[in-house]
Amino acid sequence: MKILVCIANVPDTTAKINFSPDNKEFVTAGVTFILNPYDEIALSKAVDLTAGGGSVTVINVGDASTEPTIRKALAIGATDAVRVNAKPRDGYFVARQIADYVKKNPFDLILCGRESSDSNGSSVPVMIAELLDIPCVLFAKSLSIEGTTATLEQEIEGGKEILSAPLPLVAGASEGMADWKIPNMRGIMSARTKPLQVIEPLDVPLHTSVQSYDKPVPRSSVKLIAAEDAAKLFEMLREEKKVI
Amino acid sequence: MSVLVYIENVQGKFKKSTFEVISFAAAIAQKQNLPLVALSIGDVSDDELSKAGKYGAAKVLKAGGDQLKTMNVQPYATIIAQAAKAENAKIVVMSASFSGKGIAPRVAIKLDAGLADNVIDLPSMDGKFTVKKGAFSGKAFAFVDITSDVKVISMIPNSYKVAESPVSSAITTFDVQLGAKDLVVTIKETIRSTDKVSLPDAELVVSAGRGMKGPENWGMIEELANVLGAATACSKPVSDAGWRPHSEHVGQTGIAISPNLYIAIGISGAIQHLAGVSSSKVIVVVNKDPEAPFFKAADYGIVGDAFEVVPRLIEAAKSFKSSQNG
Repeated sequence: MKILVCIANVPDTTAKINFSPDNKEFVTAGVTFILNPYDEIALSKAVDLTAGGGSVTVINVGDASTEPTIRKALAIGATDAVRVNAKPRDGYFVARQIADYVKKNPFDLILCGRESSDSNGSSVPVMIAELLDIPCVLFAKSLSIEGTTATLEQEIEGGKEILSAPLPLVAGASEGMADWKIPNMRGIMSARTKPLQVIEPLDVPLHTSVQSYDKPVPRSSVKLIAAEDAAKLFEMLREEKKVI
Repeated sequence: MSVLVYIENVQGKFKKSTFEVISFAAAIAQKQNLPLVALSIGDVSDDELSKAGKYGAAKVLKAGGDQLKTMNVQPYATIIAQAAKAENAKIVVMSASFSGKGIAPRVAIKLDAGLADNVIDLPSMDGKFTVKKGAFSGKAFAFVDITSDVKVISMIPNSYKVAESPVSSAITTFDVQLGAKDLVVTIKETIRSTDKVSLPDAELVVSAGRGMKGPENWGMIEELANVLGAATACSKPVSDAGWRPHSEHVGQTGIAISPNLYIAIGISGAIQHLAGVSSSKVIVVVNKDPEAPFFKAADYGIVGDAFEVVPRLIEAAKSFKSSQNG
């Protein structure tokens, strides 16, 4: 089985987010970038699925600065990697690059994280599927494959559903789909020599552009209630905040 | 020209988040001076459909049939795009619910439209069309221009208030044309927990962390949530340890929520957790450690042991509820 895993390079989950004085640019200085946590689940699943044979290609849309993250994916167990040499402009831009690659290089399964932790978008997996005219199960909690049919469990409003879909398909990985894999020394060593192909991007017309950023207003100081007065909480919430 | 709003149902009924999204779309339509058309897919009675008129939808389209009884992303997206074309919709609006997130990007591609997902406020529409959306996992907002002729927007539940603006509305059947490729996914089974409030659109959330010491102590958390009519949630260490299901995990790598009230019990408040809950309107923190970082991000704090404080809160919530009902 040939699997493609789409990976994003995102700020570390503990990173403080800051913007330039005009609020137009995200300041990356001093920020550590990591493999998007959900993409790491997707990659771990792909490695599990190909334990008995097959290949896992990772694809990233990014400039050369994302290569440490790509090498980490190779260390976790991907067979080879592709980097589309462009800054990701928006979800549509990224999806078009990846869909174009898949049209030329077919895969049985495309795995993504259910969302990226920087743009908080979940449009890329869905758009890839739409561009390829194949199914996408975005909130997949489990995935198993028999022959050319996948069975997935997906989170829905107030519960879950079990679906079956033919391959090829796109699945978005949620927590629980696979256990995280920590690269071992052999993986790290071999990652250095695994193939990483750099391709140039398609020219894609853009429909959206980020104008500026802003940060939430910090809360005014906390109002402390003594533990023995806990009972007063709900009256306060009603009278002062009107939330219940 | 029109504004089209997709009105999602769960088992034939509209939820509060559906009325939010109609109210939101009605405000956009009014500003754009365009009529608002609502589209419902699935098995929904005319009585239920007529509720859309109360929030400003002058025309309600219904699409149904055996193949559409259960929400299925591909046929639903196809129908929404067909309705958008039939109604010459300039703006297509839906909820950023689980299903909306699976549908909206497909509709955007089908309509060659720009997509803004996870929108949290009314767009500014003076010349440019700019939306405000969450970014960096709740640590920031982004203001994004949509420059295409047709626009698709998904709105985060709980981010816009339901507002009535009654109009007389006409319900008409929308004829659908589905291709074989729309129907390749089979939904074999749907499991819903009927007794629980769904977390992403809950107005009140009671959440707990490692301070609860073990899964056997969650009874009091569930009881407090139950008395308040709240959804239950948990921190990442709790779901990682298997004490609670992953679907309850709120935070940067779990669900991001924006309820009116978030009560965090025994959660220290790591930056990744705060990212997922910082857009809650009011935050109450119960923690025995007065130095817990969560107190800095809270509106109300109770320094005390959860095992003493929570039973008091349950009793207080019960008498508060009975005084409200009485």
